[in-house]
Amino acid sequence: MDDDAPVDYIARTTEQYASLGYEPYAWARRPETPPWTPLERPLAESTVVLIASGGAYREGQVAFHWKDDTGIRRIPTDQPACDVRVTHFAYDLEPARADPNIVFPVDRLNELVDEGVLGGLAPEALACMGGIYSVRRAEEVLAPAMVEAVTSARASGTDIDMALLVPV
Amino acid sequence: MCHQTVGLVARALEAAGVPTLCLTAAHSITASVNPPRAAFVDLPLGYTVGRPGERDFQRDLLRRAFSAAESMTEPGTIADLGVRWSDDQAWKAGATSGLANGIRSAEGDSRSPRVAEPQYQFESDRAAAEANTG
Repeated sequence: MDDDAPVDYIARTTEQYASLGYEPYAWARRPETPPWTPLERPLAESTVVLIASGGAYREGQVAFHWKDDTGIRRIPTDQPACDVRVTHFAYDLEPARADPNIVFPVDRLNELVDEGVLGGLAPEALACMGGIYSVRRAEEVLAPAMVEAVTSARASGTDIDMALLVPV
Repeated sequence: MCHQTVGLVARALEAAGVPTLCLTAAHSITASVNPPRAAFVDLPLGYTVGRPGERDFQRDLLRRAFSAAESMTEPGTIADLGVRWSDDQAWKAGATSGLANGIRSAEGDSRSPRVAEPQYQFESDRAAAEANTG
C-alpha cells in the first residue's frame, strides 16, 4: 500500500466483517452538497463549542453505555481535562484515560483562547458516545438533540460561533 | 462509527445555522458522510488530537485545523493538515476500526461487547452517579 495514503477504514472494515462472517456495514453516504453556514467573524473573535464523541463524562454523571447510546453529557470547560473520564467500546481507552485531551482537548482549547487564536470557549462542552451503529438513530435522535443543545445555549445568551467536532 | 456519527451531527448543526469543523482521522468515512468542513490528521484511531502528554503537538494540530477552517469556502472540503504520526508509517498496516488501531493489536472482532449498561471508568464513578440520580 501507499504509506502516505490515509488508511481506508471502510475497506478494512468490509474485509474484517467478511472474515468474521458478518454482513458488510452500510456506511452513510451523503454525496449531495452539505449544508453550509458561513463563519461570521474571524476565529480570534469567535466562541467555539467543543463537541466530542469519544464517550467523555465527568464524575457524578451516568457513564455512557456501549449499545447505541444516543445521550449527551454536558461538561464544564473550566475544569481540566484530567477530571474527565472516557468510556467507549471501539477504541483503545488507555491513552485517552492517560490524557483525555487527545479525544477531548479542553485544556488545549483554553490555551488557544489565552493565546488569542480563539475568541472564547463555550462554558459547556457537549460529549457523546459516537459508536452508534444505527445511522437512523444517529441522524434522528442524536443529531437533533445536539442541535437543540447548541441552539438552546445560544437562545439563553451563550455566544457560539462555531462547533469543533472531535470524533475518535 | 464515531466519524460517521460526527459527520451526521455536523450536517445537522450546519443546517440549523451553526458553522462546524470536524476533525477526522478516518478520511474515507468522513468523505462518505460528507460534512461541511473537515480537517484530516493522519493519526491512528484513538489519538485524534495526538499522543498523551504532547501538548505542543496537540496545540499545533488544533491551530492548523482552525486556520484551515477559516480559509474554507467550498462545502464538503476535507483539508489535509499535514499532521503525521511519525516518519514510520508501519502502524497503518495493522490499523482497523475497533481496538486494533495499529498501535495496539487485537485478533478477530476487536471491539468490546456492546452492553446496554453504563460503563464507568472507575467504580467510584458509579456510586457518585447513583447518588446524584437518587
